This record gives sequence, C-alpha cells and structure tokens, in this order.
Amino acid sequence: MELTRRDVLAALAASGAAAGASVSLASDPGDGPVGDHEVDTLVAVARVVYPSAVDGVESFVGQYSVERARDRPEYASGVADAVAALDEYSRTWEDAEFVDLDAERADRTLSGFEVDTADPDPEGSDRERVRYYLVNELLYALFSTPTGGSLAGIENPQGHPGGTTSYQRGPE
Amino acid sequence: MNREPSERVDVCIVGAGPAGGLMADGLARRGHDVVVLEAGPRFDADHEDRERRMERSIRPGHGPDSVWEMGGERDAYESTGEQYYPLNAARVKGVGGSTLHWQGMVMRLHERDFRLETETGVGADWPIAYDDLRPHYADAEDELGVAGASDNPFAPPREHPHPQPAFEPSYSDSLFADACEELGIATHSVPNARLSEGREGRSACVGYGTCQPVCPSGAKYDATIHVERAEAAGARVLDRAPVQRLEHDDAGERVTAAVYATPEGEQHRQEAREFVLAAGGVENPRLLLLSESEQYPDGLANSSGLVGRFFHDHLFAGVGGTLDRPTRQNHVGFNTTESHQFYDQPPDGSRGAIKLEFLNYAGPSPVEMALGGDDWGDEMLDRIRANYGTHVAVGALVEQRPRAENRIRLHPERTDDHGNPVPDVVWSLSDDERRTIERANEIQRRIMDELGADVEWTVGPESTGPAFHHMGTTRMGADPESSVVDSQLRTHDLGNLTVASSSVFPTGGAMNPTLTIAALALKAADHVDERL
Repeated sequence: MELTRRDVLAALAASGAAAGASVSLASDPGDGPVGDHEVDTLVAVARVVYPSAVDGVESFVGQYSVERARDRPEYASGVADAVAALDEYSRTWEDAEFVDLDAERADRTLSGFEVDTADPDPEGSDRERVRYYLVNELLYALFSTPTGGSLAGIENPQGHPGGTTSYQRGPE
Repeated sequence: MNREPSERVDVCIVGAGPAGGLMADGLARRGHDVVVLEAGPRFDADHEDRERRMERSIRPGHGPDSVWEMGGERDAYESTGEQYYPLNAARVKGVGGSTLHWQGMVMRLHERDFRLETETGVGADWPIAYDDLRPHYADAEDELGVAGASDNPFAPPREHPHPQPAFEPSYSDSLFADACEELGIATHSVPNARLSEGREGRSACVGYGTCQPVCPSGAKYDATIHVERAEAAGARVLDRAPVQRLEHDDAGERVTAAVYATPEGEQHRQEAREFVLAAGGVENPRLLLLSESEQYPDGLANSSGLVGRFFHDHLFAGVGGTLDRPTRQNHVGFNTTESHQFYDQPPDGSRGAIKLEFLNYAGPSPVEMALGGDDWGDEMLDRIRANYGTHVAVGALVEQRPRAENRIRLHPERTDDHGNPVPDVVWSLSDDERRTIERANEIQRRIMDELGADVEWTVGPESTGPAFHHMGTTRMGADPESSVVDSQLRTHDLGNLTVASSSVFPTGGAMNPTLTIAALALKAADHVDERL
C-alpha cells in the first residue's frame, strides 16, 4: 500500500501538528535539531519497523518528521537525542551509524539494543527513548492514517477523523 | 492574571464543571454578578492542544492521568476501604471539569429511581419526583446538544424529541440486535452528548475514536461551552484558585466568604450573597468538612452528620470475546445501542438496576497493538491482523445502593499542597451488589452464547470497578436529620449555600449521572435566581 500526501496530513493531524489539507508540507528540515541526518535515520528505522507492504516510506517519513518537528522544540530535541543514542549503540556494535546499515544489520541492531522489548518512555533510558521517539513515533504515524489502518483492517483508525459512516458498514 | 476577589458579587460558584458552568451561564444571563473559582487550570481549547492530548492518551509512555494533568500533591488522596478506589482516574480538575474526559452518555433516571424506598423497600426516596425534574431534563438535553431517538420502550415519558438525531447503529449492533431478538431482549438507541449535526459553530462528530478521554473535534459536549458562555454574559472565572474553606456569619446561618488560594501563594476571600458548591461528589463534602468552625466543629452544613456519607458509584459488569467473523470495532469511541430492559428494580428489592451497553470498541485497536508489542514489520502486522476485528463485548452499569459506611472523609495524616487533609475514599461492595453483577453477567453470557461468541473475559463481582460516578455525599432530602440539602439543593443549615452535583443524589440508579446533574443545576439556578 502506498503512503500518500493525504496520509502525511492524517498522521500530522493525529499528533496536533497540522490543521488541515491546506497545510504546505516542507521537505527541508531547516536549522532545528531534526536535520537531514535525523530524518534519514527515521527513514532507516521505518524501513525496519514498517510492514513490507508499505510503499512510499521515504517521502512519508521525511515530510511527516520535518513538519512534526516544526514549532515543537521539545519533541525535536527528543528525536535528535534518541538518534544520537541509537548511533552510539550502532557505532559500538556495527562500526557505523544506523543510517549506513543494510536492512539485516539495521534490524539486528534495533533488536540487539532491545528496543523491541523496551517500554516507551520519553524520559527513560537510551533504549526506552529510542522506542518512544523513533519506533513508536513512526508506528503511531503509520497506524493513525487510513492507509496504515487499512493494512490492519480498519479504514478509520483511532486518531483519524474519518467520519461516522465506516462504523456502520459491514465487512466487504 | 488578576486573581483578586471581586466586589459586590451575587453568586460565588466553586467548580467550573458542568454543574458550575450551567449555573454560571444561567445566572449571568439573568443579570447576576457571578464569580467562579476553579481549582484546576484553564486548558488551551484549541484543536491542536486537544489532538496532542489525544496522542498522549493513545501512546504508551504517558500515565492515563497525565492526559488532563491529574496527580501530584494537589490531587493526593487515600483509599482505605475494602475496595480500592482510583480517584484521580475518575475526575479532571480544570475549567470543564470531568466532562473533559467523560464518555458522554446522557440518560434520564427512571421514575422509580426517585421513589426507590417506597417501591422496593430498599435505598431511599428523593424529595422530588421525576415530573419535578422532567422540564429541567428537557432543558438539559437542549443545553448539552443530546443526540437521541424516542425508540426506547423503557424510558420515562418525554415531551419532545431530542434536539439532535441519534447516531445510527453500528454494524456490531446489528449482530447483537439479532441475538437479542432471539432472546426476547429489546435493544434501542443511546442518547449521546455529542453532536450528530453541527451546531452553533461546533463540529459534528468526525470519528476520532478517542471520546474518552479526549474529543479533539469538540463534538462531544464539555462544560467549557457553558463556562465560556457565562463569561460572555459577564461572569468572572478564576482558574487555579482552589477554595480552602467557607466562612460563615456569627449566627451560623449564612456563608459569608469562600477563602481561596492563588498560584502566587496568596489567599483571598470572595464574598457573595449566594454560594454554590459544584466541585463534584468528592470535593464538595471535603470542602464542607474542611470548613469546620467553633460553631460547626464537624464541618459546615453537617448537623445531620451525613456530609461525606452514602458515597456510591455505578459498578461495571462485562463479558467479552470473539466471533468467527468481522465485527468492525474501534471506528468510533462511543456506543450506539443499549438495553434498559433489566433496569427497573424488582418490587422485592432483590437486585439493583442493570443497564446493558453493547460496545463499539471491544478489543484492542490496531494502533494500540502496534505501539504495545514487542515485534515490528511483517511479524507485527500478522499479529495485529490476527487479533483485530472479531471482538465483541457487552458491558453494564450496575446500581450501587447508598450505605452510610461508604464515605468521603478527611484523612487524619496526609495533606495536600496547601496543607489540607486529603480526601479518604472508603468504599466497599455489598452482597446485594455482587448478586446484581452476577445477574448482569448471566444476561451478558446468554447474549454472547446466542451470538456464538467465544467468551474470553468476564468482569464479575470479584473484578468489578467503579464507573467514576461520585454520588450521595451531600444527599438531598426533606428531613434535616437525614439529609444535607433540601429539594431546592440548598443546605438545611445555611440559607445561602447550594450544592449542585451528583453529591446530592439520594440514589443513583444505573444511569450515567451527568444529564441529571445538569437538570438539577438548571433547577438550582432557578431557585438561586428567585432568592436574589
């Protein structure tokens, strides 16, 4: 399933970062804590944690992350801090930053860091912050969109204002 | 913000929830000078702020009480009864009060609820009848913008249709309707305090699916609507101004001032001609008990000794499981079908009221499963697909009878951020209530069996919990020796002190209480207006 601009707007709406379809999506990270490296790292994490049926990951994550970080310095610094923690772990065990790992090593690195079993906590340990600011951030963005919800069988997922008709419809 | 007291105030209202908001609005629009003192903050009302709170409610990593910033020394409490009571999950302090996080179900009590002792020999009678409250119920439905239909054969008589059309039944409702028909159980729509059509600049429901605890669209009613309307009519609302105690005159017949604190550490006295307590079923009795004086050593308005007594709630009962076919859950966060067939208590009083609810949000949602798992990628998606989409559940509210031993009292040792004793919730269940829960479970299991469901969980007598409806702690009655307020919601002891809250309910049936709170607040506003 292809993630579209509509999904970016839906994900942003679910996080209080955009008000409607009229918002213009930036692709340039600008000067804040979430720069090109942070966005590239989020894309790399998404390639691990998103189901393989999802297409359009790079533009979805890029546009979502840049817009999400705008005007939210606390969130942006949380992401940057989590990326730094992930890179430190990655350099220690794989001699490379996370963005430079191939798919298998990236998955192994996240698992080795025990991010899969970590409790998401914005104030927690390195792995807990990676879980919160990177992994869960991306999963929340995906599964609060119609495309992400539809992967799981719900076209109006929690967090998405998809109207009041879908709940009345039976299965197709 | 200037938090100095106002001069020449007609009415001082403590609490900016639905009762306080409705009274402030009604009295300000009738030309009275109104001041509202609210302990909690005024939250940003914009769309983005609500969406950020919604995100906090969905994403693990934030405590559920943090969505509306409950907790800490301000909200400290104890729960020392047989049954633990999670008080801070049950309320919100702030402009809008607990309607900020409520579900938004709004039913009228039944006629029998007002004369329960006469009809069944148990519980208590109200000093007013359904017919006394009936016009106020209609007004309350209009104020809250209730979406409902007149298809409930068990509902008490009403004079007009609801102000908004009911939400259509869900797909899973249709499955339940067939099963219930086979069993001879009538189902019907649910009155919801959320807009099914846009009204007065407010959006109709757009299906965020997170009604409880956050509605980002504003379609769900919350009391900020009436607080803002009251301010537009001239009322003054001070947030973060927790009232510490009420003072009375030398004769002990009238309240003279509400003493409140400010974030800057100051204390002020707000004088007024009339005072209204609208701080809910826990803080109302607590404030009266904190207002002890030489003349009233057991607390204000407490000559009966019943302030804080008869605390009761509704009890949850439920059965859930899965079907072998899709059920389409979690598209919306509210319910669209109920059955009140088992509501009215039998004449021998052998069980309490039961209200059946057919859930539209049974089982986990995909986003919750994604965020809470220990896998990712295709493995995660396989898990979500395997676990989403076939859940069903029948819930119920079960009546709890008022018993004097269940109470809100001041804790003898623990104090809050202002040095005041914290509320101590003393709560327990009776054998009668356990039996009523078992009866609810029996009905629920019959329905699930008829559906062919594989039952996976039951919330029964041993695992039940409160529905977060705080009732009974300043009960209404005609006799000053056995009640705290009269039929006008005025305390028997002090002539200018009104209590507008579910704390005045002598009994609570099994209906969600906010519509009755609103109706009583509108009635109380009329009485205060007459006295002014």
